[in-house]
Amino acid sequence: MSNIWIICRKEMKSYFSSPIAYGLMAFFALISGYFFYMATAIFVTRGLESQMMGRGQPMDVNEWVIRPVLMNVSVIGLFMIPMITMRLFAEEKRSGTIELLVTSPVRDMEIILGKWFAALLMYGCILLTSMVNLGLLFAYGKPDWKPMLIAYLGLLLQGGCLLSIGTFLSTTTKNQIVAGVGTFAICLLLWVLDWVSAFETSATSKVISYMSVVTHFEPFSKGVLDTKDIIFYISVIFLGLFLTARSMESLRWRS
Amino acid sequence: MIKVEGLTKRYARTVAVDNVSFEVEKGQIVGFLGPNGAGKTTTMRVLTCFLPPTGGQAEVAGFNVTADPMEVKKRIGYLPETPPLYPEMEVLEYLTFVGRLKGISKADVPARVKEVAERCSCADVGNKLIAKLSKGYRQRVGLAQAIIHNPDVLILDEPTAGLDPKQIIETRELIKSLAGDHTIILSTHILPEVEQTCEKVIIINKGKIVAIDTVNNLTSRLRGSEAVAVEISARNGDLNSTQVQQRLEQGPGGSRVVARSAKENHFRFEVESLQGHHIRPEIARGVVDSGWNLHELHPVAFSLEEVFLELTSAEAVAQSKGGAQ
Repeated sequence: MSNIWIICRKEMKSYFSSPIAYGLMAFFALISGYFFYMATAIFVTRGLESQMMGRGQPMDVNEWVIRPVLMNVSVIGLFMIPMITMRLFAEEKRSGTIELLVTSPVRDMEIILGKWFAALLMYGCILLTSMVNLGLLFAYGKPDWKPMLIAYLGLLLQGGCLLSIGTFLSTTTKNQIVAGVGTFAICLLLWVLDWVSAFETSATSKVISYMSVVTHFEPFSKGVLDTKDIIFYISVIFLGLFLTARSMESLRWRS
Repeated sequence: MIKVEGLTKRYARTVAVDNVSFEVEKGQIVGFLGPNGAGKTTTMRVLTCFLPPTGGQAEVAGFNVTADPMEVKKRIGYLPETPPLYPEMEVLEYLTFVGRLKGISKADVPARVKEVAERCSCADVGNKLIAKLSKGYRQRVGLAQAIIHNPDVLILDEPTAGLDPKQIIETRELIKSLAGDHTIILSTHILPEVEQTCEKVIIINKGKIVAIDTVNNLTSRLRGSEAVAVEISARNGDLNSTQVQQRLEQGPGGSRVVARSAKENHFRFEVESLQGHHIRPEIARGVVDSGWNLHELHPVAFSLEEVFLELTSAEAVAQSKGGAQ
C-alpha cells in the first residue's frame, strides 16, 4: 500500500514540476468557464422571457445551468485524458527509468495503481477549476448541491475508466505521442458511440450505445446514482488496469 | 553469492545469452568483459529480475530470480547503462524516492540519503535539478541510487562509460571501496579497468563464456607472447626504415615486426615475440650494437580487441578442427 503512495506522490510531483499540469488546468478553466457563461446567459435570458410572458414559473438552476455545464465538462474531459496519461509509462520506457521501478522490490500492480491514482488525482485537480464557476451559483442562488456532487463523482468515474485505458496504451510504446494519439482515438470513439442511438433503436444500436462512456454519465449529470452505471465504469477501470498489468508483463518477455 | 547455471536468454530471433554458468563469491568484484552485444547487459538484466530467463537457473543470495524475485530485488542494487534518473527531480529528492521505493522506512531515509550522497560525493549538488547535472554527477547519483539500501549484491552496467579520465579514476576508487561489504559485478569493455578493479574476470562473447579466470592468470596467459614498442634514431648519418626492420627481424624470438611510424630519422616499430620469449634485452643489445640511439622500449598492453582476437580466433580454430574430423 505504501509503495502505491510513494509512486503516486512521485508522479504528482512530476506533473506539477512541468508546465503540463498548469497548462491543462488553465485550458480547462477557460473552456469550462466559457460553457458556464453560455449556460448562465441562456438561463438568464430564458428566465426574463418567461417572466415577461407572464408565466413566472421558477426555473431550476440545476436543470438549466449545472447539468449542461457538467455534460460539456465530461466531453472536454475526454480531450484532457490523453495528455494526462501519455507520459506515464512511455516516458519511463524511453528514458530507461522503468528499469529502476521494475528492479525495485515493488509489485507491478503497485506501480500501475500508483500511476493511475496520480493520473486520477491530476484529473481531479483539473475538474476542481470548473467548481469555481459553479461555486458562484451558490453565492447568488440556492442550487441543490447533492446532484452536483453525484455529477462530479460520475465525472471522476468516467475519467478513471478512460485514464486506465490511457495508462494501458502508454505501456505499449516508448513514444508519448503515439500513446497520446491512440488514447485520444479511443476516447473519441467511446464518446461518439452513443450517437448511433439517435438514429436507430435496434438491439445492436442499444448495445453499441451502452459501450459509450458518455451514455453512462447522463444519469450522473441528473443526480441519479444508478448501480448499473457505476458497475460499468468500475468494470472498465478493472479491464484497463488488467490490460496494463498484462502489457507490462509482456514487455519483459519480449524486450 | 551469485550462482548462474546454464542460463539462456532467447529473444524472438537471436540468442542473446547461451548456456552461461558462473559463480561469484561473497565480497568479490567480478568484471564482466565483452564487446557490445555480447550479452553482458542481458545477463545482468536476468540477475536483476528485469528479464526472465528462457532457460537455466540464476540465484542471488540464495534466492532464485524466477521463484523469489521480490527477495532478490531487495538484495540487489542495479545501475543500468544509462543511470535511471528523473530529470525533473532534485538529487536528494530523487534519492529519497529511491530509498523509499527500495523499502527503507520513512524514519531512516534521510540519514541513508545523506550517507550515500556523501559517499558518492554528490552531496554538494543535493539541491540541484538532475536535468542540470553533468554526466559525471549523473553517474555518481546513479551509483548512490544503487547502494542506498545497502544491498548484498551490486550490479553495475558500464559504470565508467562516458566519463572523463579523472572521473573514471574516482569511480573506480569508489567501486573498490564498496567491495567487501558488497559483492560486485561490473561490466565493461575496457581491459585496464578490469585489471585495476576486479579480482575475477568473466569474458563473454556472442552470448557464450570464453574465459573465467583471475585477472593475474588471464593477463599472464595473454602476455605469454609479448609485444614491444621500440623507437630508434640514427646516431650519426642516415638510416632508413628497412635497415632497422631487417636488424630487428634478425633478433632471436621475434615473430613479427611492424613499422609504426618514421619521422626525421626517428623510427617506431612494434615487435611481437614468440610464446614464452623475452625479447626486450635482445632488442636493446641489437640496437646498441648497431650504433643507433634507443629512445624508447616498452611492452605494449593488450587491448581488449587483441584479447578477443586471441580468444575468439583460438576458439574458431578449435571449432574448425573439430568440424574437420
